Amino acid sequence: MHAVLIMILQRLALGLLTLFVVSVVIFGATELLPGDLASTLLGQAATPETVAALRRQLGLDQPAPVRYWAWLTGVLQGDFGTSLATRRPIADMLAARLGNTIFLALYAAALAVPLALILGILAALWRNSLFDRVANAGALSAISFPEFFIAYILIYLLAQSGYFPSMVRLSPAMSLGDKLYASFLPALTLTLVVTAHMMRMTRAAIINLLASPYIEMARLKGVSPLRIVLRHALPNALAPIINVIAINLAYLITGVVVVEVVFVYPGLGQLMVDSVSKRDIAVVQAIALIFASAYVLLNLTADVLSTLTNPRLMRRK
Amino acid sequence: MGVLIFLVLFIAASIPLSWSFRAGLARVLPRHMKSAARDMPLTAAFGIMVIAVYILVAIFAPLLAPFPERAVVGTQFQPWDSTHLLGTDRLGRDMLSRLIYGARNTVGIAFATTALAFLVGSLLGILAALRGGWLDQGLSRFVDALMAIPSLIFALLLLTIFGTSVLTLILVIAAVDATRVYRIARSVGEGIVVMDYIEAARLRGEGNWYLIRREILPNALAPLVAEFGLRFCFVFLTISSLSFLGLGIQPPTADWGSMVRDNATLITFGNVTPLLPAGAIALLTVAVNFVVDWQLYRASGLKEQVG
Repeated sequence: MHAVLIMILQRLALGLLTLFVVSVVIFGATELLPGDLASTLLGQAATPETVAALRRQLGLDQPAPVRYWAWLTGVLQGDFGTSLATRRPIADMLAARLGNTIFLALYAAALAVPLALILGILAALWRNSLFDRVANAGALSAISFPEFFIAYILIYLLAQSGYFPSMVRLSPAMSLGDKLYASFLPALTLTLVVTAHMMRMTRAAIINLLASPYIEMARLKGVSPLRIVLRHALPNALAPIINVIAINLAYLITGVVVVEVVFVYPGLGQLMVDSVSKRDIAVVQAIALIFASAYVLLNLTADVLSTLTNPRLMRRK
Repeated sequence: MGVLIFLVLFIAASIPLSWSFRAGLARVLPRHMKSAARDMPLTAAFGIMVIAVYILVAIFAPLLAPFPERAVVGTQFQPWDSTHLLGTDRLGRDMLSRLIYGARNTVGIAFATTALAFLVGSLLGILAALRGGWLDQGLSRFVDALMAIPSLIFALLLLTIFGTSVLTLILVIAAVDATRVYRIARSVGEGIVVMDYIEAARLRGEGNWYLIRREILPNALAPLVAEFGLRFCFVFLTISSLSFLGLGIQPPTADWGSMVRDNATLITFGNVTPLLPAGAIALLTVAVNFVVDWQLYRASGLKEQVG
């Protein structure tokens, strides 16, 4: 168990380092501006006095490392600063929306993961059959579709005739069932997009394994195909499949942005898009940091889990 | 239900079309490419046909479109009729014309962005593989850091900082995408720079630029071309999504993403017109994916040999 512990600690340290670098990149991106944020925000017509006042207010008269440190310590204590557009504390704006976005992502994941695994395993089992071809062509098309296309097709088919609401209104007082019903269409959109990726990758991982000698051996022994896949191939395919799931959950993070806008879902993605068009950099930075951290953490978890399922990975350089 | 019937009809019509396209292609092409054309799967033939149609529409847009791109030629949201075949949009502009011009704008911008990303990404990637040492380390760690942030999120962050215009859009997406190209190009390059012929050329005293141009690029081209297709799809979808969010290509330029956004209200009234530009986006990505799939299959050759 000792080696496992060291491995996990190593990965955690690496993850923390990545998070640190990510925060530097997100913070430092504003430094790329020619001139500075204050003059960009105020535009050409601003007088030098107003620019100087805004610079002082934003703390731009401090050197960048000092500002970064103040920002980072604030974020770690849950204080994201104030929005440039609305003057409200960003943490208050994020609180409810973060919960909504996590709810939507988990909802989609709960639908997508089992569906994708079953479809992927069946496609690998019956590869080159009609089912496989149809599933593959369907998956390839779903990957190629922009999210908003799928979303509007679903609205056209399911919302326009009144089965499901096309705009999501959530309130804290709603019961779980009501929430699930209200956010069914955005969750279904995300599910369709993500399932396609996951199914293709699962199928590829299992087909890859089916070429190995021990599978050949099992087949020669006369083991049934289903048993070969479930007992022999699947345990060894776990590492790639866990990776696939993590990659796609990470993909949900970006998919959520477009889908939230289509369905007017009160989540982080919509707030981010609004803030981008208002050029409210403080809010965008905060949300980008949250999304990027979730992404890094998911990848980290996947890394640790897939190493645990396949001890050979422990000895890699 | 209408959508499903349309889909079935569309597939039913595209099968004989792509079949005859393939047959025609096999007849017209020079001999050494004939067998490739004859052996290609129907999906790939379909893909090539669709891409060809898009390119033709983009080039001849002013001749094909019945109305100018930006002119208001009718009232708002006119239904489909004989003058405005697909009706008019929110401002009374002809939908069909804007759809046709959109091929030029949306696809053109996506193509330019991908090309830029490839130019920068693959040159840096191959250079890193060739030179190794601190250049490789520095660039790779820098790219690692950028890739730790989801690309759409990073693009949104950069667009906030630099503002939204077509030029910043191209530069931002190209920069984000170049990191992905760099990774591929570097790993492909790594496999090539250890070859004996590179060593021989080095001993002959050839410079880096010669090595990249004459020795590495020709050998790295096949995987990079397939990657180009995939990256194009990705860039195309990203730009469409950003335009859809109102942060990409700005009006009055006709663009498929923003056309969906502007006319989306029609969908809730059961009108499919706003789905058409989205469908145009989807059809092109499907087509490119089909062709890339075929190319990858040809390159590996043993993908489905199992069982």
